[in-house]
Amino acid sequence: MTIRRRDLLATSALFVLSTASAHALEIFGQLPWSPNAGNPPTPVKPGPWVYFTGAEGRAMEAIADRIIPPDPQTPGGKDAGCAVFLDRQLAGPYGHRDGLYVRPPFQPGAKNQGSQSEAGPAQQYRMALAALDRACKAKYADKEFAALSDADKDTVLKGLESGDLKLDGIDGKAFFEQAIKDIQMGFFADPIYGGNRDMVAWKMIGYPGARYNYLDWIDRHNERFPLPPVSMTGRAEWTPKG
Amino acid sequence: MARKLPKKDVVIVGLGWTGSIMAHELTDEGLDVIAIERGPWRDSPTDFPTNYMQDELRYRIRHELFLRPDQTTFTFRNKMDQTALPIRSWGAFMPPNGVGGGGVHWNAETWRFAPSDFVLKTHLTERYGASFLPDDMTIQDWGITYDELEPHYDQFEYLCGTSGTAGNLNGQIQDGGNPFEGPRSRPYPTPAQKQGYGHTLWAKAAAELGYKPFPQPSGNLSRAYTNPLGLRMGPCTYCGFCEWFGCGNYSKASPQTTILPVLIRKSNFVVRDNSEVTRINTDRSGKRATGVTFVDTSGEEWEQPADLVILSAYSMFNVQLLLLSKIGQPYDPAANTGVVGRNFTHQATSSVDGFFDSSKFNFNPFIASGAIGMCIDEFNGDNFDHGPLGFVGGGYLGQVQTNGRPIETTPVPSGTPKWGPQWKTAVRDNYLSSLKGGSIHASFYSYRDVYLDLDPAYKDRLGRPLMRMTIDFHDNEIKAANYLTDKYAEIVKAMGAHQVDKKPRKGPYDITTYQTTHLNGGAIMGADPKTSVTNRYLQSWDVSNLFVLGASAFPQNAGYNPTGTVAALAYWSAAAIRGQYLKNPGPLVHA
Repeated sequence: MTIRRRDLLATSALFVLSTASAHALEIFGQLPWSPNAGNPPTPVKPGPWVYFTGAEGRAMEAIADRIIPPDPQTPGGKDAGCAVFLDRQLAGPYGHRDGLYVRPPFQPGAKNQGSQSEAGPAQQYRMALAALDRACKAKYADKEFAALSDADKDTVLKGLESGDLKLDGIDGKAFFEQAIKDIQMGFFADPIYGGNRDMVAWKMIGYPGARYNYLDWIDRHNERFPLPPVSMTGRAEWTPKG
Repeated sequence: MARKLPKKDVVIVGLGWTGSIMAHELTDEGLDVIAIERGPWRDSPTDFPTNYMQDELRYRIRHELFLRPDQTTFTFRNKMDQTALPIRSWGAFMPPNGVGGGGVHWNAETWRFAPSDFVLKTHLTERYGASFLPDDMTIQDWGITYDELEPHYDQFEYLCGTSGTAGNLNGQIQDGGNPFEGPRSRPYPTPAQKQGYGHTLWAKAAAELGYKPFPQPSGNLSRAYTNPLGLRMGPCTYCGFCEWFGCGNYSKASPQTTILPVLIRKSNFVVRDNSEVTRINTDRSGKRATGVTFVDTSGEEWEQPADLVILSAYSMFNVQLLLLSKIGQPYDPAANTGVVGRNFTHQATSSVDGFFDSSKFNFNPFIASGAIGMCIDEFNGDNFDHGPLGFVGGGYLGQVQTNGRPIETTPVPSGTPKWGPQWKTAVRDNYLSSLKGGSIHASFYSYRDVYLDLDPAYKDRLGRPLMRMTIDFHDNEIKAANYLTDKYAEIVKAMGAHQVDKKPRKGPYDITTYQTTHLNGGAIMGADPKTSVTNRYLQSWDVSNLFVLGASAFPQNAGYNPTGTVAALAYWSAAAIRGQYLKNPGPLVHA
């Protein structure tokens, strides 16, 4: 045996590290290796919202479509799956701040000291989306954000961006900054995470995706790379239909 | 009560670059060595496979390979009169974790510091006079010279197979290399990497402006290489997933690719992973280390006795372990006494984005390596006359764009809205024809009010106080940033950019935006125990069987990436242990 899990682990756990599989091991003699020992990512499954409520999902898709509006060549944030991306992220480690430092005390600080919020992203989105719909209903004849015209939606979002439109109970400006970041992240991340559906964002900019060998191309200066993008799980054309 | 393990000759705290180098050297000497590593065991085929490592979200954005702040983090403030608050999610830097340490996910930019960097205080005082330096600047000489370190830079470069073009071979200036570098005893082990279009065009423009561009020294290899330990590496494929990522292609120099497969087979070496050293134990005199105490994943405490303790964790964690173990006098900035935590520094990077006509320029930014790029060294260190400029220090300027990963690298010209149709169009139109983040990699000199100590309020999961960083840029660094950024922008303009966005580093120091992970100092080396924690061999002045490796030894930071110097110092220290200390254990320098 080259790995011994010794009797170190016999006693009851006082704490658990964020990686559940982490156990202290003693390694010697040869490189520990076992087949398929890696930890590949799990692709997002399509289907209903996992974290969002129906109303939250509608609002988020509407926001995604204003942050990244559809145009004749490239779908917008909604059809690209950016709200699905965010929903799955909020349901997972990101939403609950797994691995982050969440010990008290929580005290307000300067912006350059980083977020000191007691609430994590999942809770912040929940509060902000509810407050957003309340603000819209108050201002636009009882209509929620998703039901507004595109022009009114942009007016609302610009209000959040400038800080002119305040949300009750939550910093609307910080919320929208985060939403821009998260929605654009979903647009550009690998499609296995639910956004960038059919690699629309990568096609739009000319990014060839999860490739790992450009040895033949490093010398080909000022030439357009000819191959279409590829995701970590390949391309739709590679998968038989039906 | 900690359970006591059988005694070893040597215990090594942290198995990154310096721990691996030291373990290899001391096991060669026949010593029985154990390394204790806080993070997990990691290896190329299992942890960095080429079929899913190209995942920007997982590794870059969510920091999969890094230390998790819930394990431990730091508190941060700019000024001594502020309340420091915890870094809840990483921003300005990313502390490594796990076997291989920062050597797993670095860009592999493998620089040497300049000869004058090691005698900085003396050099600047002689050239400009003592009054030229700001009153509160606390720079000092290292207690070692470039010439003494040269054989060990060489040793590290040949371990890694570093790809580059020599600029100074035994005093002879070479075409195509960095003419400002210190003399090297032989060429790089492998030729420089190839360069992309943007890098090449930048170098051409720099040459036309009269500079001497040269390829950045790279630990992503230009060709296959077998190192002196017999380990084989393959050529880099320019995949554009280097920094933040492990290399599954055996093309990036790391402990995994250059040392560990040999080290682990030695019968006198053991590594214990997922185990965190909580203190260095000393005997009643406080002058001798007896070993370390660590905690495993079940929370149980163990004591590992050893004759020799090597502290080779990430720089700030070295300082933290010294403070928690009460070794050395803690620095007090008000009284200006003590040494542990003193002369803490980071980097002062700036950048320039260039936007070009998309009908004429196609840079394919996704074709790159971590240490690709062309650089000039005219504005580094004291390679230029600072007399009329009113600041000291500098940095290399380089077109060293490492990737076109689209979450991070979809630049838009300044003035573009952050969202909406104009943003979308700007992203589309500029992705292939822009150069992002041209690097101005400048020094950060040390100051009396930039330091590390233990936070009075916040604790880690084990109940230990977090390290508190008190850090801000001073006028000197801001002036340098503006000057260097202007110089860089001239080159991008000469390349034919239609828009040049200058982004000089501005104060105050911001913990939320990434610069580099080059945090240095706090346990600095030197010639005088009143102003340094270790002597010139990285041996603790207070506890002679304790050596403290890593960038914590830098008295101030230079305008280069630190790993080459960190590794060279580890070899230098190992040579002193093997050649001098083991024959006659005790202080190698008598103060």
